Amino acid sequence: MLEVLETGPLATVQDLGRPGLADIGVGVSGAADRGSLRLANRLLGNDEGAAAIEVTFGGLAVRAGRDLTIAVTGAPCPVTVDGRGEGANAVLRVAAGEEVRLGAPPCGLRSYLAVRGGIDVEPVLGSRSTDVMAGIGPAALRVGDTLPVGPAPAAFPVVDLAPVAPPPEDLVLDVVPGPREDWFTGEALEVLLTSVYEVTTESNRVGMRLDGPALTRSRSDELPSEGMVAGALQVPPASKPTLFLADHPVTGGYPVIAVVTSADVDRAAQARPGQRVRFRRAQDRSAKR
Amino acid sequence: MRVLRCADSGLLVELDDLDAVQALYAALSSSLPEGVTDLVPAARTLLLRLDPTRADPAEVERAVRSTRPGRNPRRSGGLVRVPVVYDGEDLAEVAKLTGLSEREVVQEHTSSEWTVAFGGFAPGFGYLSGGSPKLEVPRRSESRTRVPVGSVGLAGEFSGIYPRESPGGWQLIGRTDLEIWRVDRDPPALLRPGVRVRFEEVG
Repeated sequence: MLEVLETGPLATVQDLGRPGLADIGVGVSGAADRGSLRLANRLLGNDEGAAAIEVTFGGLAVRAGRDLTIAVTGAPCPVTVDGRGEGANAVLRVAAGEEVRLGAPPCGLRSYLAVRGGIDVEPVLGSRSTDVMAGIGPAALRVGDTLPVGPAPAAFPVVDLAPVAPPPEDLVLDVVPGPREDWFTGEALEVLLTSVYEVTTESNRVGMRLDGPALTRSRSDELPSEGMVAGALQVPPASKPTLFLADHPVTGGYPVIAVVTSADVDRAAQARPGQRVRFRRAQDRSAKR
Repeated sequence: MRVLRCADSGLLVELDDLDAVQALYAALSSSLPEGVTDLVPAARTLLLRLDPTRADPAEVERAVRSTRPGRNPRRSGGLVRVPVVYDGEDLAEVAKLTGLSEREVVQEHTSSEWTVAFGGFAPGFGYLSGGSPKLEVPRRSESRTRVPVGSVGLAGEFSGIYPRESPGGWQLIGRTDLEIWRVDRDPPALLRPGVRVRFEEVG
């Protein structure tokens, strides 16, 4: 097990979420940067969807209750094990009683601390993820929590280290126009694709609020609420877009001008407040088939 | 039918009305096309969420277009009786808006059978349709920051029950003690699409 000594701004348990429950109003949730969670689990020989700790802007400290094998992925925060400096994206051994500390990452926002065997808290509706909007799943971590670790999987780690480029300073995200592009003026999409937006401090696991040029609507009537996907750029009447992340609402009532591709939603989840974001039209992969 | 792409993550199918949404939802839920993880029915649309590693949006779109609308799932999901104390803060306002007396509002609400059309506002919340057209009222002009759990409300053609305390803009006409959402129950939501609902006045 792991004992939580410090949490930083926000630390939650996350796996790949709870798909399949949208019709009763339950969103997918899960790791905001799913690719980083998967990588951490692959490094350890875990099932890709095993639960890990999602650490927002570092600041986590845990003590190992027994000898453990761990990996840290995502935002490249400095990692120490009982004061020894260790690397990210690497397989690390931690002896019983040793403390693992994650410092503030110099770039990126969310890091993943995974343990061989996975964090084994009780699943809720089939997942160990904390959905901060719906209030489903385990509470955010608090100092003094103890987290059980599951049995080690049969597979062994096959590499020690994964080469991972750090998140870029200037983030460029691929988008596909639609589904409600026609609710905006002809220029709105061009504005979105040629402007620089800034991530505001009003951003969390639900969504990322952006500041920048307004995206003007061509119709003022109300859109009946409709289903939403992660990556949707929803534009409320104030005309600044919100990019939906892991804990986004199942449905929404504002038009979506464009959707960030699934691969780039992970990169979006690493954007920090104050960072600049640009959007570019994704190559149409289906046309190449 | 209009099919709108949500990048590689979804297809938003726009339909004529709630009945068409229900019919397509019924047909697709019995056999999900490859790579579809979730169906999200709403008032005029059905969203198909895709697993981008498994789904080809063009293939899924073809599957949707060749799907024959299913039997309407209304009246297929069992009956839930909901005991209600009709003392909501907006009951007088609803009476004024509908031109009915408060007693008549209660009578209209309890005399017809409602059906869960879709969810989505919060875990366990069901948009109930099929009630008396006399009860159609707009949302409140100001949303409340705190609506107590169990509040029974009206908005547009729908009625609904708040599964937990949350902000909300519906016109509140009463409250129920029935636990419509409990995460440790199977299923956690009493009000799933297709379930029929009868409101009964108590107290």
